[in-house]
Amino acid sequence: MNFLTELREGLLISLGAIRANKMRAALTTLGIVIGIVTVTLMGTAIEGLNQAFLKSISSMGADMLYVSKFNWITRSHSEWMAMYKRRDITVEQAKALARQADFASAIAPTAEDDHSVRYKNRRSNNVMIIGSTEQYLPTSGASVAIGRFLSPSEAEGGRPVCVLGSEVATNLFRNESPLGNRITIGPRTFEVIGVLEKQGSLLGSFSLDNRVVIPLRQWTTWFWNNPNLDISVKVKDVAQLDEAREELRQVMRRIRHVAPGKPDDFSINQMDQFVEMFHRVAGTIAGIGLFITGLALFVGGIGIMNIMFVSVAERTREIGIRKAIGAKRRTILLQFLIEAAAICLLGGLIGLGIAWPLTFAIDHFLPATMSLKVVGIALLTSLVTGVLSGFFPAWRAARMNPVDALRAE
Amino acid sequence: MSLIRFEKISRRYQMGTETVHALREVTLEIARGEYVAIMGPSGSGKSTLMNLVGCLDSPSSGRYELNGTDVSQMDDNQLAEVRNREIGFVFQTFNLLPRSNALHNVELPLIYSGMGSEERRRTALESLAAVGLADRVHHKPNELSGGQRQRVAVARALVNKPSILLADEPTGNLDSKTGQEIMALFEELSRKGHTIIVVTHEEDIARRARRIVRIRDGLIASDERQESKA
Repeated sequence: MNFLTELREGLLISLGAIRANKMRAALTTLGIVIGIVTVTLMGTAIEGLNQAFLKSISSMGADMLYVSKFNWITRSHSEWMAMYKRRDITVEQAKALARQADFASAIAPTAEDDHSVRYKNRRSNNVMIIGSTEQYLPTSGASVAIGRFLSPSEAEGGRPVCVLGSEVATNLFRNESPLGNRITIGPRTFEVIGVLEKQGSLLGSFSLDNRVVIPLRQWTTWFWNNPNLDISVKVKDVAQLDEAREELRQVMRRIRHVAPGKPDDFSINQMDQFVEMFHRVAGTIAGIGLFITGLALFVGGIGIMNIMFVSVAERTREIGIRKAIGAKRRTILLQFLIEAAAICLLGGLIGLGIAWPLTFAIDHFLPATMSLKVVGIALLTSLVTGVLSGFFPAWRAARMNPVDALRAE
Repeated sequence: MSLIRFEKISRRYQMGTETVHALREVTLEIARGEYVAIMGPSGSGKSTLMNLVGCLDSPSSGRYELNGTDVSQMDDNQLAEVRNREIGFVFQTFNLLPRSNALHNVELPLIYSGMGSEERRRTALESLAAVGLADRVHHKPNELSGGQRQRVAVARALVNKPSILLADEPTGNLDSKTGQEIMALFEELSRKGHTIIVVTHEEDIARRARRIVRIRDGLIASDERQESKA
């Protein structure tokens, strides 16, 4: 008998069997439902995490190197303490680097600090005040929404101008354009000359739009005379990143007078480190998620197996009848496999139905949408669980001796 | 040539440490078109004989040729195919699928033989019409009387045009009037040339057949042909 007819017949039989035992099927699917909800949410969360991460780091280009006193990723407190004792990176060093680094297309020294920002009676606290140069724009991945960015002369000079992050702009200015107005940062007022495009947040917590960029000169004058700088370096050719990194290292050693043989007293960070760390963390999360999911599905699968044994026992006579009139082993096997798979698929669909609204709840923390991929994985997983857990009972049914089966009550 | 040829067929069962000889070297031939009753008290081996004839079971030793093919060495799946093609079963307890209607019950052997759905439906309807149930095709077994259920079973047994109609106590669960009707149906089928084997312990059911094989203690006790009744 041809396979398609067999499938169709098997499907009809199993739907009939499920309809005849609605309550039982519903209870049995519960385990699978829980398993699939876990699979789906886990998948959605991991995907959301990935998206959030990629979105966050997209502002950091692959062609960027970041010179800093600290390494981005610190593995121990003592390591951190060692870095803490390093000398600060000064404005003079940054200038020297800018002169010598012919491998870079842009170099932006940045100084950062939190301050509150005021405009008239409006106030925004904990705004990141960044002192930098006109080169901040190409190195930060930001772009100007309205107005313009700092000009080279403004960066050098002492004119108190500022460019707002989009969040600061919306917080301070409700019904008027920020351009041309003066906001107060710390002891000084700054004229707004531009607003940046919205950039989003880093992993949903740290907003990249809650910042104000001012000329570095202004920053050192009004906030801190000798800041510890970070230097963002955009290399000319991303294919030459490793060479540029090495050159950058040598230049920095020279500038900071590091004796030969001594270790670097600065760090050069790049996106790869982040990506690597992220993959480690994401891998761990996925591993734990997989384990929990696997456990839930395993329990669900045992439930299916159990109920399929019951189903086979109950329908021993039916199996006998079918065998007597010509059903082969394969046919019986398929019939019960389909039944198990159908119960599981049903559970999978219910699970997806439950998980779908839950993804909206997750969306508050992570950019979460239930992707077709996740739906596909969930349905495939439920199908596989059904087939695996249904196999043993179905095999027992298939191997039944027709004489004994017909004799069953 | 015989349709059924049993050559020294034995069937032994292992019951714990004891070996039960259900059939002891039985030799039997049944020709195409015969109407045979197999009789015997319970435990005589007649059920075992029926299971072997119906290819539900394989002999421990001996050779069984059905329609010229040796079926005694076949495996499960081959036997299923033979049952599907050659044997139509009618059981005492009807053995219809309770959740399926009459039509689907009758279609079932055709599904297993791989017939296309349109032809299958037509063939099944014909078969139901032949047993006088054309107006009951969408009824489920529990919506039919005992006699009607057994008719559905007969329609199912015949739908694949098997070589043998094998009935196991076909009237056992019917009142005597309905039983008579079923037996009349068998006679009609026999007249049309069907080979019929009825296993029974009821003398008057057996008397309707043209040949009575009596089994006792796993052996054929007698094998008598009767004059066909007018």
